[in-house]
Amino acid sequence: MRQAIAIGFFLGILSAIVGSYLILQQMGMMGGVIAHAVLPGISIAFFLEINLAIGAFIAGILSALLVMGIETRSQIKVDSAMALTLSSFLALGIILINLLKTNQIDLSSILFGDILGVTAKDVWQTAIITIFIVVVTKLFYKELEFYTFDPIGAKACGLPVKLLYFGLICAITLTIVASMQTVGVLLVMSLLVGPAITAYLLIKELYQMMIVGAIIGIFSSISGMYISYYCDLPSGAAIVMTIFSCFMLAFLFSPSQGILNTPQNRHRLSVIIKSLYRR
Amino acid sequence: MLEVCDLAVNYRNRWAIDGISFRLQPGHIAGLFGPNGAGKSTLIKGILGLVPIAKGAVSYDSQPLKRQLKKVAYVPQRNKIDWDYPVTVEKVVMMGRIPATGWFKQPSRNSREIVERALSRVGMTQFRQHQIRDLSGGQQQRVFLARAIAQEADLFFFDEPFNNIDYRTEEIIFEVFQELKQQQKTLLVISHDLGKTIANYDQLLLLNQRLIAVGERKRVLTNQNIQQTYGKLVSC
Repeated sequence: MRQAIAIGFFLGILSAIVGSYLILQQMGMMGGVIAHAVLPGISIAFFLEINLAIGAFIAGILSALLVMGIETRSQIKVDSAMALTLSSFLALGIILINLLKTNQIDLSSILFGDILGVTAKDVWQTAIITIFIVVVTKLFYKELEFYTFDPIGAKACGLPVKLLYFGLICAITLTIVASMQTVGVLLVMSLLVGPAITAYLLIKELYQMMIVGAIIGIFSSISGMYISYYCDLPSGAAIVMTIFSCFMLAFLFSPSQGILNTPQNRHRLSVIIKSLYRR
Repeated sequence: MLEVCDLAVNYRNRWAIDGISFRLQPGHIAGLFGPNGAGKSTLIKGILGLVPIAKGAVSYDSQPLKRQLKKVAYVPQRNKIDWDYPVTVEKVVMMGRIPATGWFKQPSRNSREIVERALSRVGMTQFRQHQIRDLSGGQQQRVFLARAIAQEADLFFFDEPFNNIDYRTEEIIFEVFQELKQQQKTLLVISHDLGKTIANYDQLLLLNQRLIAVGERKRVLTNQNIQQTYGKLVSC
């Protein structure tokens, strides 16, 4: 359990930072594509008896490059390119698992996560990835902010936008690889997107989005794990539902953007309270 | 001097612009005019290398412009920007200082002063801590103008800065153009207004996939040129 909490802590920070860039770049679905696309990489890595994370990372990057290639070199819109890439990589993964006879891979733990299977090595791997991403984000914060806000303006100033984009793709893939064990590839999108958009409803600036997102991420991962442990539920699903609950609270009650916090609603509420008081 | 020589951009097997050659002098404001789809934005993007060019060359002071992008300030069309991005007015203007600041460094005190002056010049000082999503169209354009000023560039490119803005913002933009002109900067501005404001430009370019005419106002604005550009007569 201690290892699970440690990994939840690091994943909370990691996913909020990377997720903030992901949603501001309007690439939310890209997380889903990369998450599904890691499967063939995992299969090949298992066959070659190398670290599964390396195979997953390479396959994830390749899928993102394929989406980018289809989008820039044709008139096809990015969502169609993503849908095709996602299912094709998943299909390739299934074929490879069959062909390479690597069906000893525990598919369900990869797809849905298995918190009890977290090892000390997984914790270290996630910790190192998190520290690396935090340091890189701190070093390139102003450039990444400029690029994600105004990519054309950034390119016109001479910033290496392709390199920055590739860096973001690598960061997204690393985050997915790190969260694979805990929430599984099917649910990782929620971890990437959920805490960041919840924070987005509450804050004014990008760095605040990362900090508030990290707090929500840590809270959701750890409390989700406790719920899964004590109620005997799958860990990934419990974490995702905790994230969604946090999001709904912010969506309804955010001081600046909550849908129940509009001037009309406040007025209605005061009318209701007054009428109750009169009775 | 900015020199564009035989520039062509190909968009999916169609020439968006072709055979464009002209020169812009320092201390001149050039206005780029043409109908929708004439390739005005593409021309600026081609000059700056933001889209791949099929042929041609662009140089500034006899060196390829591509290697001197730090001397360029580009203001994109407002509708190309995500105005819901969580960032304050001051931070957006500070983005203009990134090329001068360099990697791994924080903006200097000098940069902060430049940003302050730029905000004050466009009358946005009191909005510095506001989020950009709370601004009106005119205020958004002023923020981008301040960012361009803060860059202290030599070459300025504005893509339709006058779309959907208030009268005061338009006035401020033209005042700033005049100040930049006095500082011997080079300006290329896309506009649709062939009316009164045309007196602000020293040089006009009429574009419709090809460059129909370039030069001084009186020489360019002939009925024949306008008909060739817009396909019909426009009174001006």
